[in-house]
Amino acid sequence: MSKRIEINDLDVYYGSFKAVEGVSLEIEPRSVTAFIGPSGCGKSTVLRTINRMHEVIAGAYVDGEILLDGANLYGSGVDPVNVRRQIGMVFQRPNPFPTMTIRENVLAGVLLNNRRMSKSDQDDLVERSLRGANLWNEVKDRLGIPGSGLSGGQQQRLCIARAIAVSPDVLLMDEPCSALDPISTLAIEDLIEELKQEYTIVIVTHNMQQASRVSDKTAFFNIAGTGKPGKLIEYDETTRIFSNPSVQSTEDYVSGRFG
Amino acid sequence: MTTAAPAATRASAPNRPADVIFKAVSTTAGVLILIALAGVAIFLVAQAVPAIIGPLPEDDSFWAWVWPLTFGTLWSAFLAMVMAVPMAIAIALFITHFAPRRLASILGYAIDLLAAIPSVIYGLWGIAVLAPFMQPAYTWLADNLGWIPLFSPPASGTGRTILTAAIVLAVMVLPIITALCREIFLQTPRLNEEASLALGATRWEMIRMAVLPHGRSGIIASSILGLGRALGETMAVAMVLASAGAVTFVVVGSQNPSTIAANIALRFPEAHGITVNMLIGSGLVLFAITLLVNALSRWIIAKTTVDGGR
Repeated sequence: MSKRIEINDLDVYYGSFKAVEGVSLEIEPRSVTAFIGPSGCGKSTVLRTINRMHEVIAGAYVDGEILLDGANLYGSGVDPVNVRRQIGMVFQRPNPFPTMTIRENVLAGVLLNNRRMSKSDQDDLVERSLRGANLWNEVKDRLGIPGSGLSGGQQQRLCIARAIAVSPDVLLMDEPCSALDPISTLAIEDLIEELKQEYTIVIVTHNMQQASRVSDKTAFFNIAGTGKPGKLIEYDETTRIFSNPSVQSTEDYVSGRFG
Repeated sequence: MTTAAPAATRASAPNRPADVIFKAVSTTAGVLILIALAGVAIFLVAQAVPAIIGPLPEDDSFWAWVWPLTFGTLWSAFLAMVMAVPMAIAIALFITHFAPRRLASILGYAIDLLAAIPSVIYGLWGIAVLAPFMQPAYTWLADNLGWIPLFSPPASGTGRTILTAAIVLAVMVLPIITALCREIFLQTPRLNEEASLALGATRWEMIRMAVLPHGRSGIIASSILGLGRALGETMAVAMVLASAGAVTFVVVGSQNPSTIAANIALRFPEAHGITVNMLIGSGLVLFAITLLVNALSRWIIAKTTVDGGR
């Protein structure tokens, strides 16, 4: 269930403000792609356009197209709700539903689509998803406690379990480790390595070591100045971006010489 | 020297006049409010005792006399809440999550304006407009749905039934519940809303997954504040309700229970002797009910408040 993403000449606007300009890139199935760049360069915005979550902000719209295995996500008659059911997302800070138990959190997305799931199917899915998120062994005896009772790293893996429970085609991660300690971060990175076997993963990160550790390809975004739109500067194999980039500003950024 | 130093600074801290005066003023204010509350409670109890223990001219006992009033108070407030709470939640959700921004702010002001209308105006509106307007509906309900105990015939000829009073009460408590729910729904963590949207939830599913669970304790708290107002409302009920002192669940008939507050307002001007004590005794009952309701709400809020998610 892994699909290829193709972004063609994408501009993103917030009202009259042009946040991102002219982004084109192709993301292969079963790969990890990292978006890096300074704050405000539009990398999170581009990530959010892939499952149309940017539309949550009033006045946001895009120009250009994003193809998921050839189908335009912005075609007329495409319901953003259906787009989001195919493209899962993990957020910067862990956000399990505070009033739901661990089990209910995992099932939250599935039960939206399929209310008549039998109890044993639900049990299977909960176990499979939590195993998939490397969380099963830690929580199998307390599935009935609130999700907010877990540690930050566990909560984030619960959110990943919740996202993969609906078997999405693509998994988007918006700085998934920025609120976590190094050990939890390592656990998530190992998990990303495993999830890549089944999903197309796009990850936004501020941590360049992380990008070089987990990703196959890396996209570097930058802005010319405040108020200017963000642009895709360079998109290439991760090894190349970090060893021998073709653009000077990429080299400056990845080597820490960025102003 | 080192041990003496703190003592020296403490002793040398000057007593600034402004501080002294402000402390005196605020302490006095704090004590006054306690005295006022205690005074009211003592007055109610002292005046109610003769009615509670003593022989009454018409009724068997104080409790037999006060029961229909208590019932009417609770029943009308309950009916009002059944109508007002879902309506208020729906309006608050519309304002916070569905309405275009400009319409939302206009609607917000309109709701707040409802709270500024004096209750005597609501009473006039209830008598002059709502009761005649509802009367045909009551007749229809009694004729066609009379087998439901709530609508047993005969229907009231004036429309001044407990249901009309409850509708007026519902409109009166709507603003406070709506305003509080709106504030609470606005505070729903954005992360929780986005979590459900990213799972492919529709707007309504997002509200059910994120907004309502987050707002649950606030909805309860605002409802109980509204209930407090509905219980104590005097003028509108006294004007609208044609009461007969009956204990009945029928909401469309002419035999309606009165409420404590309305009964006091209507009968106090001509009361004398033990009747005064009886009315004050009923006031004590109302005081106890509202106190209980408020305590209950605080307890529920303390119990159900959840961490809003980080």
